[in-house]
Amino acid sequence: MRVLMFGWEFPPHISGGLGTACFGLTRGMSVIPNLDILFVVPRAYGDEDQTRIRVMGAADVSLDLRKMKDHHFLNDLSYIEVNSNIVPYTSPEEYEELVNKAEASGKRLVETSMGGKINFTGKYGRNLYEEITNYALVAGEIALKEHFDIIHSHDWLTFPAGIAAKRASGKPLVIHVHATDFDRSGGKVNPGVFEIEKRGMELADKIITVSNLTRNTVIEKYGIHPDKVVTVYNAVDPISDQEKLQLKRGITDKVVTFLGRITLQKGPEYFVQAAHKVLQKMDNVRFVMAGSGEMLEKMIHWTASLGITDRFHFTGFLKGDDVFRMFSISDVYVMPSVSEPFGISPLEAMQSNVPSIISHQSGVAEILNYAFKVDFWDVDALADAIYGLLNYPSLSVMFKKHGVAEVNEMKWENSGKKVHSIYKEFVQ
Amino acid sequence: MRTICLYFQVHQPFRFRRYRFFDIGNDHYYYDDYANESILNKVAQKCYLPANELMLELIKKHKGRFKVAYSLSGIAMDQFRLYAPEVLDSFKQLAQTGSVEFLSETYAHSLSSLKGREEFERQVRAHDLLIKEHFGQEPTVFRNTELIYSDEIGAMVADMGFKAMLTEGAKHVLGWKSPNYLYCNAIKPKLKLLLKNFKLSDDIAFRFSNKGWPEYPLTAAKYVNWLNQTPQKEEVINLFMDYETFGEHQWKETGIFEFLRALPASVFKRSPFTFSTPSEVSSELQVVSAVNVPHPISWADEERDLTAWLGNEMQHEAFNKLYSLGEKVHACGDEEIRQDYDYMQVSDHFYYMSTKFFSDGEVHSYFNPYDTPYEAFINYMNVLSDFEIRVNAAVDSKTDDDIARLSKIIKEKDEQLEKLEKLFATKQKTAPGRTAAPKTPSKTKSTSTVKKVPAATKKSAETKTTAAARKRPTGKKS
Repeated sequence: MRVLMFGWEFPPHISGGLGTACFGLTRGMSVIPNLDILFVVPRAYGDEDQTRIRVMGAADVSLDLRKMKDHHFLNDLSYIEVNSNIVPYTSPEEYEELVNKAEASGKRLVETSMGGKINFTGKYGRNLYEEITNYALVAGEIALKEHFDIIHSHDWLTFPAGIAAKRASGKPLVIHVHATDFDRSGGKVNPGVFEIEKRGMELADKIITVSNLTRNTVIEKYGIHPDKVVTVYNAVDPISDQEKLQLKRGITDKVVTFLGRITLQKGPEYFVQAAHKVLQKMDNVRFVMAGSGEMLEKMIHWTASLGITDRFHFTGFLKGDDVFRMFSISDVYVMPSVSEPFGISPLEAMQSNVPSIISHQSGVAEILNYAFKVDFWDVDALADAIYGLLNYPSLSVMFKKHGVAEVNEMKWENSGKKVHSIYKEFVQ
Repeated sequence: MRTICLYFQVHQPFRFRRYRFFDIGNDHYYYDDYANESILNKVAQKCYLPANELMLELIKKHKGRFKVAYSLSGIAMDQFRLYAPEVLDSFKQLAQTGSVEFLSETYAHSLSSLKGREEFERQVRAHDLLIKEHFGQEPTVFRNTELIYSDEIGAMVADMGFKAMLTEGAKHVLGWKSPNYLYCNAIKPKLKLLLKNFKLSDDIAFRFSNKGWPEYPLTAAKYVNWLNQTPQKEEVINLFMDYETFGEHQWKETGIFEFLRALPASVFKRSPFTFSTPSEVSSELQVVSAVNVPHPISWADEERDLTAWLGNEMQHEAFNKLYSLGEKVHACGDEEIRQDYDYMQVSDHFYYMSTKFFSDGEVHSYFNPYDTPYEAFINYMNVLSDFEIRVNAAVDSKTDDDIARLSKIIKEKDEQLEKLEKLFATKQKTAPGRTAAPKTPSKTKSTSTVKKVPAATKKSAETKTTAAARKRPTGKKS
């Protein structure tokens, strides 16, 4: 079986959860015998000449076909990069950085991290859709040239590509929903994005969602028949002990950490409120808000007005190893997301032996037993959970003891197998 | 003789309200009155009242040949008194028939048998007093919380004067042996043991309404047929179950009441079996052998062990912390504190914290007011934290009282001493030949007490404020 897969990013250029998930999934699927994946991604990193895309016509596709060599893969993965000038980004810092570059070169920026808000600047807005359409055109070309049995598209940016490939080849289309615009926008959906998402879902033969939470959104908000929507949970790669970075604790206080973009979707204000409540009862605890985002300033002002800044710290955006360093000095991790299709970060915290509190409004809550779950709006419950984890030791002991094992049970191979079984409904 | 021993457990916990950490030290009322009252009334309507009515009817109809036994936890009786006195009345009516035996258990439906003798005995005595008060019976047969039993617990129960005890006929304990005989404790053979026939009990309690069960639907005739199929030599079939089986776990619509109504007549008509109470069984049957139970068993879950209540770290922390306060609770002599201590010991609180059944938590979640075991744990520990503050404050204020009382005694003695000295002085003047010997012991005694005072009064000054801050909110049941 050969799969034509459309993604948005892929190693080495991973910028967000979507890339990680695509990489993990394809790797998990690579252990399945007789399954080949042809992965198509736009390429717009570094100094690619953006004039090339303008000259690209339907019969004049510029494609780089290369073989990925990765020790994780049993088979070589065929991998195609399509020149594009849409740049995915995940963090506001990165966005700032890229905007400067892009303005010089005329590139468009779009955030593709799972749950990330589609945030392209107004002057490029019209062109984003053009880019997507261009990508779709290329997809159609590839579909004509290549041999494959099924098409798999990840998230809305690649839905038109998937549809084009389906039109050109007549092969079945599976779309994979890592997030919807309802998650990203907090309810205020962008009609253009919604339209693309809905069309993709309607024309798809099967829809994979990363959680039942997202599945319900697809069914209820997009009016899709439940039979057509299947949940395949994401997984996480185990980290070795060497990778668990240890930072020496400079303080004896307990540390409670929020780590993520400081945006409406992630619920930072509930974390601040809970911190305020806990601090009224305990003084040997500190709260850390790691990350940045549009609500950062508001949060700083708010903690100041609550008078808790001596116990509440902001780190700014944390990258790579710093994330694990932060975990290594944390006693509790909190993810009070308002809407989180899946949510990989509590899994990373748990791998680092940090007990986690997550909101019921996250997909990952559906599969975790050894994590504390609260409704994001229930600040009393959140504060109570934080207090309990800090004061009644056996709870942390339990979470640490069983949490790592629970997370390590979530294997990409299993997700891959499930996706494969979905393919088999269409391909003999 | 072949006989059936029917025993029903009646229990409802006092559920805690959602008690947040910021309530600690501020609010000392722990109970969810609404949930407790509404659940009790619901179960009373669905189960206790109609089931008691049916039992009364059956006892009258069969003129003393139909017999049953109950154990009502003290907590359940407290709730009946508070919320549904008519249930208590209907049990009293049953008691008056003479065909109903009330068994002994721990007042608080607690796990105290696992924590040593003192608290356990206190609770059993308290429970037996209640039984005597309500039903005029002095229990001779003991039934421990959740049928928890071990050789040691049995020996303890024997020492307390009970002649028999009920427990589970757990397979891993009995091996090839049948539960359908009378056994005895391995340490104190005078304590007889009645073992639950879990197959035949659970056919009614758990499987009755299960449409996926090959034996569905279960009729009285079919059930009696099964009783007849047990080997002829076997003497007693112990059917032990929650009373809530009738109408609550198995709804009225399943036909459970009709089954129960038809059972005695069917037994009398189609089988040689009679009905007996546990005390009758224990005095009329011969013991066939002792049972060795070195590790505690219970009637819960497939494992028949304690892991539903004491299976994970949270349960152990909560359990140990609670019982570590026992000495202080009894030392402080505060009645409200002692009552809260009892209500906190109810085994259900620990059951709510079980993480055993993440995969198939059906039975557990059915009884559980919390969404997760973690919430149950934190809520419990918050309550316990507040309770601890109160206990410490009460102990301190008790110490204050003691000091005040002792100081008063010292003062009196000093005055007395002064008088005596004066008297002595005048007498010595008049009778110089006599010695001062009789006076000396009282003097040394009083000085030694005086010496203690400074250190203790210092402490009392510090703690007086906390004691004064402890004030119980009103609105609580009497």
